[in-house]
Amino acid sequence: MIAQPILLLSLNSICFKASGKQLIKELSYQFKVGPRSIIIGPNGAGKSLLLKLCHRLLEPSQGHIQWHVEAENKSNTAFHQAMVFQRPVMLRRTVSANVEYALSLRGINKAQRRARTEEVLGLTGLSHLARFSARVLSFGEQQKLALARAWALRPRVLFLDEPTASLDPTATYEIEKVINAIHDSGTQIIMTTHDLPQAQRLADEVLFIHRGRLLESGPATTFFAGPTNQFAQAFLKGDLLMWDRPETKMLGD
Amino acid sequence: MNVFFDAISLLISADNDLLMIVGLSLWVSLVAVLVATLIGMPLGAATALYKFPGRKILVVILNALMGLPPVVVGLLVYMLLSRSGPFGVLGLLFSPTAMIIAQTILVIPIIAALSRQIIDDLWVEYAEQLISLGASPTRRMMTLLWDGRFSLLTAVLAGFGRATAEVGAVMIVGGNIDHATRVMTTSITLEVSRGNLALALGLGIVLITLSLSINAAAFLVKEAAENRQV
Repeated sequence: MIAQPILLLSLNSICFKASGKQLIKELSYQFKVGPRSIIIGPNGAGKSLLLKLCHRLLEPSQGHIQWHVEAENKSNTAFHQAMVFQRPVMLRRTVSANVEYALSLRGINKAQRRARTEEVLGLTGLSHLARFSARVLSFGEQQKLALARAWALRPRVLFLDEPTASLDPTATYEIEKVINAIHDSGTQIIMTTHDLPQAQRLADEVLFIHRGRLLESGPATTFFAGPTNQFAQAFLKGDLLMWDRPETKMLGD
Repeated sequence: MNVFFDAISLLISADNDLLMIVGLSLWVSLVAVLVATLIGMPLGAATALYKFPGRKILVVILNALMGLPPVVVGLLVYMLLSRSGPFGVLGLLFSPTAMIIAQTILVIPIIAALSRQIIDDLWVEYAEQLISLGASPTRRMMTLLWDGRFSLLTAVLAGFGRATAEVGAVMIVGGNIDHATRVMTTSITLEVSRGNLALALGLGIVLITLSLSINAAAFLVKEAAENRQV
């Protein structure tokens, strides 16, 4: 008998509209506990928007998002999640104070804040920079700190919005190492990228989005071996899916 | 030229009257700026962060009030504090407290409007991160005020500049009474009308030196801190 996967997050026919434009269209998906989910698609597909909807930074215009958490935690699902943005936002304080600030918002006492901060800075290789101002770090180090700050919260789900965009290969490799370590520690990763080699390195399952629609999803090995959707095939081949191409009109707008 | 040397010799001799006027000026302006900061800064931050009915109207009013005519404020405070006014019973008219009230009213819109702009700009940068981390609305405001502290210092300095340079309102509500409510600006006006240019010039030199020193100190503090924090 095959065990049923544990559900984590359900997106039920969600739509998002802004300035009269439908940006996410009737999107449904069930994220399960375990695999690293990578959302891919061309620029403007709605990947970041989808993450922000999942993380409740935005509310869907239609449909609903359901977290499958314990009954006692239903009222405060925000505390199960964290998000790292494409452009790291560093508070105007030291590296360690950035992490401690996030922990203080969760009501964690000072001694535990210190201990956890030391721990995550050690795990991300930032201990030697603990007393530096976060804003003097390099872009790659700032992104690592953003990951450390999110990791310190011990979220069940970590949303990552193109965390390595505009990073060089070495910094990208370092960030990917941290992402894998966070996943190995038991945090679910849901991440967007348009970097296909990175998606192949990190993904357990892939969601392909184009023009606000989920066109294909499934295990990464199956997807990269040969997607069934023509737009996904074109995307893997490196054909840009421009908004105004005649074939994209087939999607019904 | 003689007037200039007389003014310098008055300053060097640390004339008692002059010191008293300078002391009272500083006291009135500093207290007014402190009170205006405590009211204006959270008000500016709140108008930047919170959406409430009439917010846009409040922003327009705050911006417009930055150019509030001091004599009109002086007149309003005079009417409120005079014997026949609603607060006449407090007996505050022609006292330093009345001057502090008038200056506070003049400085609040400056600090509030400048703070709103500073916090608004910072909020654009921080919004998603702070919401994502779960910061409550109050905590967001505290964080933005703290992280924007060096820029906000400029708003406070602008308020201090307005307070120390103000003459119309304090003249009306303070009365320019010798050894009681005479401050540098009202004293300069009086001494010029009396023809005592040496004392007027001496006070003018103190006023300008004070303003330059405070701005220079604040600039240096801001520079040093920003180099450290970035």
